[in-house]
Formats: sequence, C-alpha cells, structure tokens
Amino acid sequence: MSLRRPSKDQPENFEFNSSSLEAAKSIVAQYPEGKQQSGVMALLYIAQRQNNNWIPLAAIKYIAKFLDMPYIKVYEVATFYTMYNLSPVGKFFVQVCTTTPCMIRGANKLVEACKEKISENESELSSDKNCSWMEVECLGACVNAPMMQINDDYYEDLDKEKTLKILDKILKGENPKSGSYRGRVNNEPENGRKTLMDLKNA
Amino acid sequence: MLKDKDRIFQNLYNDMGSDVNSSKKRGDWVDTKNITDKGRDWIINEIKESQLRGRGGAGFPTGLKWSFAPKEVGSRPHYLVINGDESEPGTCKDRDILRFEPHKLIEGCLIASYAVQAHVCYIYIRGEYFVDGQKLQAAIDEAYEKKLIGKNASGTGWDLDIYIHYGAGAYICGEETALLESIEGKKGQPRLKPPFPALIGLYGCPTIINNVETIAVVSTILRRGGKWFASLGRDKNTGTKIFCISGNVNNPCNVEEEMNIPLKELIEVHAGGVIGGWENLQAVIPGGSSMPLIPQEKCETLTMDFDSLMAEKSGLGTAGIVVINKDQDIIKCMARIARFYKHESCGQCTPCREGSGWMWRMLERMAAGEATKDEVEMLGDVTNQISGHTICAFGEGSSWPVQGLLRHFKKEIEKRNNLDPIVQKKIDIPYLVDQHLLDKKNA
Repeated sequence: MSLRRPSKDQPENFEFNSSSLEAAKSIVAQYPEGKQQSGVMALLYIAQRQNNNWIPLAAIKYIAKFLDMPYIKVYEVATFYTMYNLSPVGKFFVQVCTTTPCMIRGANKLVEACKEKISENESELSSDKNCSWMEVECLGACVNAPMMQINDDYYEDLDKEKTLKILDKILKGENPKSGSYRGRVNNEPENGRKTLMDLKNA
Repeated sequence: MLKDKDRIFQNLYNDMGSDVNSSKKRGDWVDTKNITDKGRDWIINEIKESQLRGRGGAGFPTGLKWSFAPKEVGSRPHYLVINGDESEPGTCKDRDILRFEPHKLIEGCLIASYAVQAHVCYIYIRGEYFVDGQKLQAAIDEAYEKKLIGKNASGTGWDLDIYIHYGAGAYICGEETALLESIEGKKGQPRLKPPFPALIGLYGCPTIINNVETIAVVSTILRRGGKWFASLGRDKNTGTKIFCISGNVNNPCNVEEEMNIPLKELIEVHAGGVIGGWENLQAVIPGGSSMPLIPQEKCETLTMDFDSLMAEKSGLGTAGIVVINKDQDIIKCMARIARFYKHESCGQCTPCREGSGWMWRMLERMAAGEATKDEVEMLGDVTNQISGHTICAFGEGSSWPVQGLLRHFKKEIEKRNNLDPIVQKKIDIPYLVDQHLLDKKNA
C-alpha cells in the first residue's frame, strides 16, 4: 500500500463552478437511478481539475453531500486511489515511471534530470511553485520506455538529454509536444518493421 | 510469420486513422445486423468453436463465460463490463486498441451485449490513459451519431448504451471483482468468489467482464468464422495475440502474431534482437510482471501460448514480454517488481499486505548483498505464505516472480549474500525473532 496524507493547509470552502456542476450532473446520469455513488471517482477528478490539480478535504465533503454519501466513504476512495492528489502539486505535474521495464532502459536518468531541474525531493514544488515531480508505478507504455507523464500527456522514448529539454520547456511555462521523442510512429518497431507493410507504404 | 491478411488489428500502428469511416474500410460495422440476426446461441457457439481464451491474463474460455449469463433476463438487468485497466508492467496492448481500433471494441461491445442480453456496457479505463480514453469517447460519440449504438443499434433492434468509467491509478482494479467495486464507487478491494459476477456482479446483477482485446477480436471471429480463428495457433491456444516486447531489445514494439509463435522469433524478427546479441540474454518475463521469469537456456525453444508456458511453470498472462539482458542486475529487477506489488497491494488480506513489503525489503537487501545465507530459504517461505492465502490472485501475482527468481537464480543470490546467519544455533523457530530473547533462552 502507499502512504497517503491530506495536506495540512486546507481551504475552508469548496464548491463546483457552473461547468463542473454540469459535468458532474452528466456523470451521475450515466449510472442507474439510486446508484449515484458510482460517480464519485469521476467527481473527484472534476474537483481535482477545478482546484489546480489537487483535492482539498472541503471538496470531499462537498462531493459526499452532492452524492448523498457518508463523508468517510468519499474519503476512503480519495485516499485509496493514488491519482487523487491530496496536497498541492505543480501546474505541471511530472510523473516518471520507474517500474522494471522502464528501469532497465534507464528511467533513473529521468529521475536525475527531474532532481536537477525541478526539486531535490519528489512531491516538492519547484522554486517557482509551478512544477513538481514524483516516481510512479507502471504507466502502461512499456514498449516506449523510458517514459514520463506530464499532466495528461505521455512523453515516450526519452533519455536524460531529452528529458532536460522537456523540463526546460515546462519550467518556462510552455507545453512541449507529447509522444515519442525518437521520432517513431506509435508502437511500431523503430526500424525494420516487418508487418502490415502494404498499409505503411500505401 | 502470420500473414498480414490474418491480422485482426490492421490499424495497430495507426496507418489508416481510427475514425468510423476508415474503420468501415477495414470491415468494421459493415454487416453487424447479419451477425446478430443469427441469434445468441449461434454467436456463443461460434465463439466456443473458435476456442478464444480471455486476453486479460487468466485465459478463461470466452464462449464458456458468456454462456454463464442467465438465459432469461429476470428482475435484475444484465451488464457488460470491459476491463481496460491495463496496469501490468510490461503490457501496453489495450492502449493501442483504445486509441487506434476503438470501433472494433465498440462493435465487439454491441455483439457481446447482445449475446449476454445487456443494455448497458461500462468500459473501465485506467486513469492514466485519459488521452486515449478521450479518443475512445470520440469514437463512441461518432457511433451514437451514426446510430451504430444507442436505440436500435445498427438496426439490430437491440438498445445499447456505452459509458466510460475512469480508474484512478489502482493496479488492483484490473481484478474483475475489484473493478466492479470501483465502478460502484468504492475502494477497489476484491470480493470473495463465489458468487461469481456472471450471477451476482455489478450492483448485484448478472455481469460479464471481458478484457478489451478479447472483445475487440469478437467481431472479426464472427465474420470470418470460428474455424478460421481455431486454425491459427494450436489446439486450445488458438488465434492471434498482441505481444508487447519491451526491455533490452533493439526495437521494442507491439506486434500481433499467431499464438504458439517461438519466443526467439518474436525477439529476433520483430524486436530486432536482444541488445548485445542473443548470447547477452539473461532472462525473459513472458507475460507481464506477475509471471515467473524464464532463463536464457529455455528461451531458445520456448513457444508462446498458455499451455506451453504453463508447462515451464510460468504463464502467458497478458503477453507482455520483458527482455532482460546480462547488463542488468536480475535481483534488482525483481526487487523493483516486488516494490511495485508492495505499492499496489490493496491492503485487504494480511498475507499480501505485509508479505509484499517483506519480499521487497528482503530482495533489496539481497540485491545489495546484505542478506544472510539462511534468508534465501526464508524468502521462499514468505512467498509460500502469501500465494494461495489471499482473496484474489494478487497474492499469487506478487509471489510468483520472486519464486521464479529463486527457482532459476538461487545460485546468483547465494553467491552475493554469504553473510553468516545472526542466529548461529539451530533451534526450532520458524522465523528470526529478537536476538535478546533467544540469548536468554539459550543462556
């Protein structure tokens, strides 16, 4: 299990804004009547997006009321799943995969780059409070290892140099291009592709 | 090598685009009504005849699973749930289906929903695949617009609604009952089986749960016939499969190949060979991190299917092949996998919650050469205390890779860790306890 702790600094109040409210209502409509509890995961995401990528306790209370659930049930969900950030993270939230398939292709170099550019320790805001990074478990892009995720996007086929360049960009507030950084197309073998050649050449 | 015309996922590398029109060119959605007109029994029989086995890891026969759904819909509605919570290290096949072949999946959902009489289908996607999920959502919207799903889907007279449910970074939600808990808005902790989800599943209703890849191949099987699918591979291990080859190879890639293909062919032909040459190969994890590794000497002749890997005391799992060459420290690699399981244990059963951390800490010390001689046996003992003593298969999944390491690389561990045991006198205690207690007793 992983250690999950809510932030010490908590805002007093939280409320969905109008667009969040609309999204939340359409989520609840996806589930059968009386099963609105199913929407809790999606609603936590909505709250996280609205609140600079983290979930304050006030939002957990608000969602519990919204879905007519006990507070503790929402708290359980928010602390069980690791993608809900319970304390502030940077506007650019860098997650480096270091599980074995990435590790054996040099994910530790990516970690080094993050330490150099962003902060010495993981889950610590950079000096300009715009970035933070952490090591995560397998992100499911193993054939594009080593890779990292910044907010929603995947950055694949990296090495230390390329990572430093990407981090430089986000520190300047730019959005670097996502996808493979060795210029290959999706998941095909980089050179010497043997299958579906007619389609490739078509 | 499999002929290109027999590949089901023609757009695996996105040469053609994933929208509905290009999908139609590949044969999706062209005669869905003809398939459903042949009836439920025909569909299930044809899938049984194709001997399709679930692609999510366990390899359960899909036709059989569908036949477990109640024949008549009673007071409780039926549900179809698609498992796209692909989190097994080494596996990234479902992601390509979600983003490049979404219409194969959606059409498969319609056919499967019809076969098991479900009007609502939930597709559970891991939260990290948000962008890929958005692509699937775009495809679903497209399908609604063209009336391929929704009321009277594709003119079949069947109503179907498809919704995406995002996970949030819990590996355990790939376990089918944990996935149901997660959709119900709870912590993803697995349920006891029985009752099986086919009778009591989502919201207590009959529920059929299938992997993304399993459902995505269904429409092609029904078009080309179960016999065609069964003619590929070998008996009981039929058809094609997307293999993900990662790790120390020259060209890591996803490739769709026939079942029972030699491992060496996959690595040498498709993945461009091991870095440093075949001789530099140390071991291969054949089916995602929870399957025991296979040492180099066996890789020479190994064929990739469910039963032949079972015979090697490993498994095909999700067919995520991780190649580890001799430049890597094999104990460190396994220690990292143990850390993954320690991180992802849901905490419900004590043997797994405590044992996974125990294995990780022991392996880290062994990788650093800080363990004593007797701890190697103890590690094996810990794995046996976990596997088989938990609610779900996570216990096995976390202990198998360690058992595989002990089976094939015990010498390596012993060579590095030859410190003398702290307890010198052999007395009958199962585990190392506090030294001072022993001293008193022995005084």
